[in-house]
Amino acid sequence: MERSVIIAGFGGQGVMLIGKTLGYAASHASKEATFYPAYGAEMRGGTANCTVVISDESIGSPLKDEISTLIAMNEPSFRRFSSAVVPGGEILINSSLFDTVPVVEGVKVYAVPVNDMAAELGNIQMANNVMLGAYIGVTGVLEPEEVEAIIRKNFASKPAVAEKNIVAFRAGMDAVK
Amino acid sequence: MSKEFLKGNEALAEAAVRAGCRFFAGYPITPQNEVPEYLSWRLPEVGGVFIQGESEVASIYMVYGAASTGRRSMTSSSGPGISLKTEGITYLAAAQLPAVIVDMQRGGPAIGQVTASQQDYLFVTRGAGPGGIRCFTFAPSTVQELVDHAYRAFDVADEYRAPVFILADAVIGNMMENVELPPMRELSELPDHDDWKLTKRGEDGKARIVQTYNPVLEDAGKANQVLADKYQEWEDKLQEWEEYMLDDAEYVIVAYGTTGRIAKSAVNKLRSEGIKAGLLRPVVVYPFPKKAFEKLDYSKVKFIVDAEMSIPAQLLEDVKLSVGNAAPIYTALSSGGVLIKESTIINTVKENM
Repeated sequence: MERSVIIAGFGGQGVMLIGKTLGYAASHASKEATFYPAYGAEMRGGTANCTVVISDESIGSPLKDEISTLIAMNEPSFRRFSSAVVPGGEILINSSLFDTVPVVEGVKVYAVPVNDMAAELGNIQMANNVMLGAYIGVTGVLEPEEVEAIIRKNFASKPAVAEKNIVAFRAGMDAVK
Repeated sequence: MSKEFLKGNEALAEAAVRAGCRFFAGYPITPQNEVPEYLSWRLPEVGGVFIQGESEVASIYMVYGAASTGRRSMTSSSGPGISLKTEGITYLAAAQLPAVIVDMQRGGPAIGQVTASQQDYLFVTRGAGPGGIRCFTFAPSTVQELVDHAYRAFDVADEYRAPVFILADAVIGNMMENVELPPMRELSELPDHDDWKLTKRGEDGKARIVQTYNPVLEDAGKANQVLADKYQEWEDKLQEWEEYMLDDAEYVIVAYGTTGRIAKSAVNKLRSEGIKAGLLRPVVVYPFPKKAFEKLDYSKVKFIVDAEMSIPAQLLEDVKLSVGNAAPIYTALSSGGVLIKESTIINTVKENM
């Protein structure tokens, strides 16, 4: 079983951290994983994206023409990558930044207002972990505890911040139940 | 040992330190910048020296100087930077000094693209410089292999007193993947080089010199013969490749580095459709694994596919030399910084069946 996800958004939305957290968690769960950041011309335009592949077997390409899931933290990312999602796959959108919820044939779209949810929980910067929770809730690719352990590591020097981000992560999971 | 999830460039840098590398000089260039960034703090931690040179040319000669003292030394760059280092690389080869040179390939020619590419194949495997030198060249296809090759490269460089290349690319350098790091080597366990290093005097008590110019023509010819013998020894003893599903293969894909791992998934997909594909992956690209091709059963092999991220195709030249007229050869290529697709390789097989 191999799952791939593109995580895309503006620079500063924590897109790369979502990807790295998934990679670290998959690695700790003794799965094969690759994290590949897009860089080059993209970096200068203010957008960011990365691809994470998680598998039980060794991984060939760290980039995929067809992906299982898209996480679109803004509308331009949706427009750029939505056609890459395979039929039966899913797209999670940051609906706080979308005017309407788009419809994609054969693909389930989950609208999660992660900016608003993170702001309500005290800090809009936690929007990425709300989205990470939603992704785990939808796909079940990793156990929540495996991801939470990495979130705690990400904020190892700030335990209080770590716990707030865990709350944000769980709120994301609950939002897609 | 537990596995860690590390970025290729950083894992390579740590592996070099653990192999005993204690000197690095380089000049920034994407896609290898994490190598010097990491070593800039890591080398001083272990008593090593990190220098960002004022140019690639200065950096390679700093490596030349450090290597002549017997210290394990390294530089890294990408194609445009390696091209500037070539003069120094030929001096390393001529003076028979060990050093490790990393080329995180980018697209080319000239400034090229900073993403996936294998456009430096002929440049590096043909010696990366004038004068007929050759450089032993590892071509890793995973972050783990990148680490393993970095660790071994210093041993090969020491054993043969020669510059050794690691030929990777932006994909291997920039992706994060599971990796098991090797143990830290004690410097006291490394070869002491007392028989040649500049910091010792010769048996006659005189100060040694490192020399690449020989005014006596006859002696210069002998020095070149020493290099030629070394390269022949590599060809005889150090060819290295991976075979994957080759035993009954009718369609043999030849690919190295990043393309090698993508070709392996292509083989899996083709096999799942009942198509007898196999992979021959050069792990060391100089010396080229000609022996692997001699082992192929050409009564079964219907054709060969050369897959690489270079237009014009470059690995193809070595494949042609090794296959001869034994089987037709087709190509599956990408270029311009575009990662080769599994589907490109699969379609090349299907279209020619």
